[in-house]
Amino acid sequence: MSIAAASPGFLSPTGVEIAFLLVGLVTFGAALVTVTTRQLVHAALWLVVALGGLAVEYLLLTAEFIAWVQVLIYVGSVVVLLLFGLMLTKAPIGRSPDADSGNRWAALLVAGAAAAALVWVVVDAFRTTWIDLDGAAVGTTKVTGESLFQNWVLPFEALSVLLLAALVGAIVLSRKAKADAAASSRAPQERGDQGADRSEDRNTDRSAQEGAR
Amino acid sequence: MHLAYPAVLSALLFCTGLYGVLARRNAILVLMSVELMLNAVNLNLVAFDVWLTRAAIETLHSGQALTLFTIAIAAAEIGIGLAIVLAVHRNRGTSDIDRLRDAAEGPDDDLDDGPDSDAAARAQAAGKAEATA
Repeated sequence: MSIAAASPGFLSPTGVEIAFLLVGLVTFGAALVTVTTRQLVHAALWLVVALGGLAVEYLLLTAEFIAWVQVLIYVGSVVVLLLFGLMLTKAPIGRSPDADSGNRWAALLVAGAAAAALVWVVVDAFRTTWIDLDGAAVGTTKVTGESLFQNWVLPFEALSVLLLAALVGAIVLSRKAKADAAASSRAPQERGDQGADRSEDRNTDRSAQEGAR
Repeated sequence: MHLAYPAVLSALLFCTGLYGVLARRNAILVLMSVELMLNAVNLNLVAFDVWLTRAAIETLHSGQALTLFTIAIAAAEIGIGLAIVLAVHRNRGTSDIDRLRDAAEGPDDDLDDGPDSDAAARAQAAGKAEATA
């Protein structure tokens, strides 16, 4: 195929490539700050920058629908969920010195080795492959919707069932401990007569709950 | 555009997420790193789909459809993951994955009996409530 022979070199980048490179640097830097910062809420906010940068990369690759889905779902809901999770688990505001575990140097070694191997292999395999971005966009809403509802209908419907199952599962996981706690705190109130035993019981229960908290 | 640019960016983002999964201690930060890895895979899928749509004859747009499915599954995963983390935090009082070592075997079993004793006391109290009820 003559695409490989006709591809331009790396030293004469086009405008799209320069934009992709700059946004990619911002995205990669934000991802690095996300995994290295010691302030938990800042990690979630830098994750917004990384995911938004990826949405811009999708736009540069002419995948418009994916870009807006990325903005809606990731930046809109996933980060909000993560922030809610940070708040509900009483994450410390400010620097927390134990954000990284003890095996961070082993993790750095593994990640560095994986990055070196992957970048080497990928650059060696695709250094002459050229994406033709001219002409009609390949990822408009019309094209994506047609392919999704003509060729991918069955996985799409199965995915909706999976989302429903995940929703019900999340509700069950969130409610179960609360129902248990309510049952165990209601149980001593329902029996009226064993007074001393009941108060001792409730004290034990409350102190155990405070210890667990 | 060269295909190497998105492929290299995707590899670097994936390894950043890999470092975060291995090195972080808070469970929610681990979930954030998992999101980074999933996004790296999504970028790869979109880039190769854009390339193959122009280079091949018929591709069914599979890359972008798979990207949409991955995004939906990631949303479900983050919901379930956060529910699990909240349940663990409610029961144990911590969301540090280094301290959740109940299933661990090894010589350091007696070092981490802080959350275990709390859970044991709570189970004992619950058992007593059940017995007296």
